[in-house]
Order: sequence, then C-alpha cells, then structure tokens
Amino acid sequence: MSDVISRDQKQSWFYSDIVKEHFFNPQNFVMGELENPESYNATGKIGSPACGDELRVWLRVDPATERILEFRWKTFGCGSAIASTSMASVMITENGGLTLDEARKLRPQDIMTRLGGLPPRKFHCSVLCDKALRDAINDYLRRSNQPDRMIRESARVIDPVAKVTDRDIEEAVLEGAHTIELVQQKTKVGIGNPSILPAVEELIRFYKEKYFGATY
Amino acid sequence: MADVYLDHAAAGPLSPAAKQAMDPFLMGDYGNPSSFHMKGKRVKDAMEEARADIASHLACRADEILFTSGGTESDNMAILGVARAAKAKGNHLIVSAFEHQAVLEAAVFLRDKEGFSLSIIQPTQDGLIEPEVVMSQVRPETVLVSIMLANNEIGTIQPIATIGNLIQKYRAEHGAGPFFHTDACQATPYLDLSVEKLHVDLMTINGSKMYGPKGVGALYIKRGIKIQPLQFGGAQERGLRPGTEFVAGIVGMAAALEEAQGMKKKESERLVPLRDRLIQGILQTIPKTRLNGDPIHRLPNNVNVSFLDLEGEALLLYLDAKGIYASTGSACTSASLDPSHVILSLGMPFEVAHGSMRFTLGRATTAEHIEYVLEILPPLVEKLRSISPVTVDDKYWKP
Repeated sequence: MSDVISRDQKQSWFYSDIVKEHFFNPQNFVMGELENPESYNATGKIGSPACGDELRVWLRVDPATERILEFRWKTFGCGSAIASTSMASVMITENGGLTLDEARKLRPQDIMTRLGGLPPRKFHCSVLCDKALRDAINDYLRRSNQPDRMIRESARVIDPVAKVTDRDIEEAVLEGAHTIELVQQKTKVGIGNPSILPAVEELIRFYKEKYFGATY
Repeated sequence: MADVYLDHAAAGPLSPAAKQAMDPFLMGDYGNPSSFHMKGKRVKDAMEEARADIASHLACRADEILFTSGGTESDNMAILGVARAAKAKGNHLIVSAFEHQAVLEAAVFLRDKEGFSLSIIQPTQDGLIEPEVVMSQVRPETVLVSIMLANNEIGTIQPIATIGNLIQKYRAEHGAGPFFHTDACQATPYLDLSVEKLHVDLMTINGSKMYGPKGVGALYIKRGIKIQPLQFGGAQERGLRPGTEFVAGIVGMAAALEEAQGMKKKESERLVPLRDRLIQGILQTIPKTRLNGDPIHRLPNNVNVSFLDLEGEALLLYLDAKGIYASTGSACTSASLDPSHVILSLGMPFEVAHGSMRFTLGRATTAEHIEYVLEILPPLVEKLRSISPVTVDDKYWKP
C-alpha cells in the first residue's frame, strides 16, 4: 500500500486501494439513461462541465421513515469525483439507508476517511457530492411540501470592499489555502478592509476543521 | 502487464549512448571544471567539447551556447534576461498564447511586476501561429518575440523560419526591433535546429526531451545580445549562469543530441505512419472525438485527441491500469486545477480541454503498441461516457 495517501505527503498524486476499487468499479451509478425515473422522488445537481465537474444524483426516499433507499448518480468528473460519489452512495444506502437528517450530517471528511484519504488537491471532489446530496434533500422536501425544512445555503458577504463571501473563503481553503496569507492571495479578502481579518481567520479555522478535521 | 509508454513529450528513457558518455563524469572524473589542476582541466575539456558538439548541430559558435538546468531555466533566462537587459531600449514583448509556462509566466511576470507591455498572439484553431499576425504587433520598442518551434501539448510545428526572417527584415528597415527566441525542446529529436536557417537569436533546448538526462539544458544566445543573469556568485558560463556546471549532464546531452539529430529523418519516417494510424484509429472507431492541432504541421510523435463528454484524468487512470501511460489537459491533473491553456487557446471550451489526452510516441513505440491502445481505448471511453451526464455540443467534434 505504498500509494496510500498520508496527509503529510502533500505532493502525492496517488490513490488508496479503496479509492481505486470505487474508481474502477463504481457503485450505484446510472449507466446511460436513467431507467424508471418516476421511481425516484428527489434529484440534485451541482457543478458544470466548464468547472471540470458535474454531478447529478437521484434519490428514492421512503416517505414513512425518510430513509434513503436508493442513491443513484452520474458524473463528468475525475477519478476522485467518481470514487467519492460511489463511496457516498454506499454510505448513504447501507444498513437500510440513512434518514434525511442523518444524511445531512454526512461530511466530506467522513467520505474521505472511508476512502482512506484523497490527495489534498482533490478534496474538493468529495465536497461536490456533499453538495449534490444537500440539493437533492431540499428537492425531496420541496416535492413533499415541507419547504420549512429546507436548508438554503446562501453565501454571506464577508468583505464588502473586495466582495468576498464565505463561499469564496470555503473554496480557497478547499484549494489548499490554509493560512490567512494564502487565502488573501486567492481572494484579496481584507486587503482594503483589514478590520474584518479576525472574522476571516475564524472562517478559515471553521472550514479547515470541517473538511480536514481538527488535527489537520 | 502491458507496458506502453506514450508520454515521451514529458520524459523519455536515457539513451545508452548518452549514459555511456556520462559515466566517467559520475565517478572517476569528478574534478570541478573551474579548477586549475589537471583533474579540473580534463572535465573542462570534456565540457567544452560537448559545447562545440552542440553548437555544430545548432550551426552556431560554441561560445553562443550557455548551459542551464533545463528547458524552464533556459526559457526564463531568454525572457527575463533579454527583457531586463534591453529595458532602456524598449518595454514591449510578444509571446504566443500557447507557449510553455516557462515562457508565458516569465512574460506575464514582466508585465505585472516590471512595467513591460505584453502582446499575446492567439494561434489559429489548428494550433498554428500566423507570421503576419506576429508582425502586426511588432513595434520599434519591442525587445523580444518568443514563439515555440513545436508545441509541447499538440505538437504543431510553427513557421519559425518565416517569422524569424520577417523580424530580421524589420530590424534592418527600422534600425530597431526585437530579438527572436524559440523554445525548441520538443522539436530536438525531429527537426532541423540550425539557428541560421530558422533565423532565431535565442533557442532553448533540454536534455530530457531528446533521450538525454533530466536536469540539464542549454540556451543559444547570439553573440552581441545582452542578457541579465538570473543568478549570481561566480564566473561560470561567462558569469551569466554562475554555479558549477552539471558536467555529466552536459556531456550526456551532447551525446543524446548527436544521436537524435543523426536519426531524426529515419525516426520521423518510422513514426509518422504510427502516429497517423493512432489518430485515424481513434477518430474512426470512437465517436465524438476530435484531433487537437493541425494533422500535417505536426511532430511525428504527437497525438492529441479530445474525448468529449468525459474527463481526462479518469481516462488516464483507466489507461494506466492497462499499462498505457499518457497525459491529459484536464484541470484535475494540474497543480493549479486549471485546464490546458493550449487547448483553450485553440478557441475550445473547457469541456474539450478537460477531455483531452496526449499520446507521444518514441523510439520504443511499435505498431503492436498502437494496436493495443486502439483495442483498449474504446470500451474505457464507453464506460466513462456511460457514467457521464454531459453532452458536449456537436460543433466541437463534427468535421
């Protein structure tokens, strides 16, 4: 297992055996056209091929128990995107399926942990399927007439001068900017508005912990 | 398992002739070429012989060859060194949009940090630079034009001699104007490198693209061109590139160049049918594929195809598992997470760049290798497409 990724080896490209297993034999994906689309009661979509990743998911949720019985997907994505989505589909549907509330608590780092790690610059791939899942859960709640339970994730402006949102900072952290200096290089946040820097540092800490764990 | 290496534009094996030339300088002949004793002189003599050998293939004088650590340093030195030394005369640079990053990023640095203005020439959709478009940007205060001899991703061969000729005429007519640099790294095993015939003032070559060692390169600088060094600390390479020379590498590069230039005609004739078989085989048997770059004005070893509706890194890894080693212009394999600037410069959208694969043939490539790739590829492409939700517009692949 010489190619298992340690988070210290930031330059490594190689994938763990579990990643490879899911990459070469992806689970639960939709081959070609989706059959019986009416049997799914929620869909989600995130990304676009222009950004290099697009992911669509279909869920079959049991209305009585709110358990996700099926999680099907299609992606225009790299090895990490394919493997993360495949692993997420397994984690969401195993043991009778997660409930919607449980599924919402699934974090990208949980998927990565089950995969045995991903190369650092591939972390964003596992975030993609987290976002598509949330989109699909909202779709289920919309269709089942429970709009009050939907969680909208709207961007919040952190630096009105540079027009930087919390999403921009999240993206920067995911792309490997783990210090305030690196996030500033990417986003220009706080350069004309230094008073907001403590808030930015707080956000960087939050996203680092969210995606990379407290020990990172 | 199969072992089909089709990434020669990235690196190739060291030729036995180059290794043999290097051997003495890795062990016995360890002297410093700058030393005044016999141990140093022997090494110095070998290095100067290598310099003369390389100069003979470039049809230049030995003292016009400067040794560096590789293509990137040579490119950096050509761009930064010439521009900074010429700043009193002018502050305008011209490069093509699909230059190697070593040229492009150095030029952008000069624009963003040192007050130069920069014209970036877009290639045609077939990946060719038009001489008249370059000349339309040349002005008396232009200090340097840099266009690569053959593109590293799509292998298209540029009309360097024509551009060089026009630049020389411009200088003669105006009594001012730019020097002309070309990055010839990818072209060394296949094309004529005479700087006289190409009408260039600076040329980059490196060891690893011509079956020589990695970590060594050279820059041809025509006599009389002033260059500001990038590093300081000694008199080596006329003070322009201080630091003890990598003599084993230099000697290996000279032997590799000698061999590569000697066999370039025969090897090109052998590779062109293999290249064309791979191109045609892919385009005819796999739907929704497009060749990136002109099919004729193209290095004999380069195949660059976009497989639409799929993402290149996934295909690269599937091929890797079958013992086929290639590279992709997908963002997913670049450190910056940006897709290939070369494919984008052809006017193609991101999806086409993400699905691009480069296969670069070499001395070990056989017809059996090509047939193996053509057998393995279609089902892998089909599998990834069946997972993909994307359908790229027909206009990007229909002839």
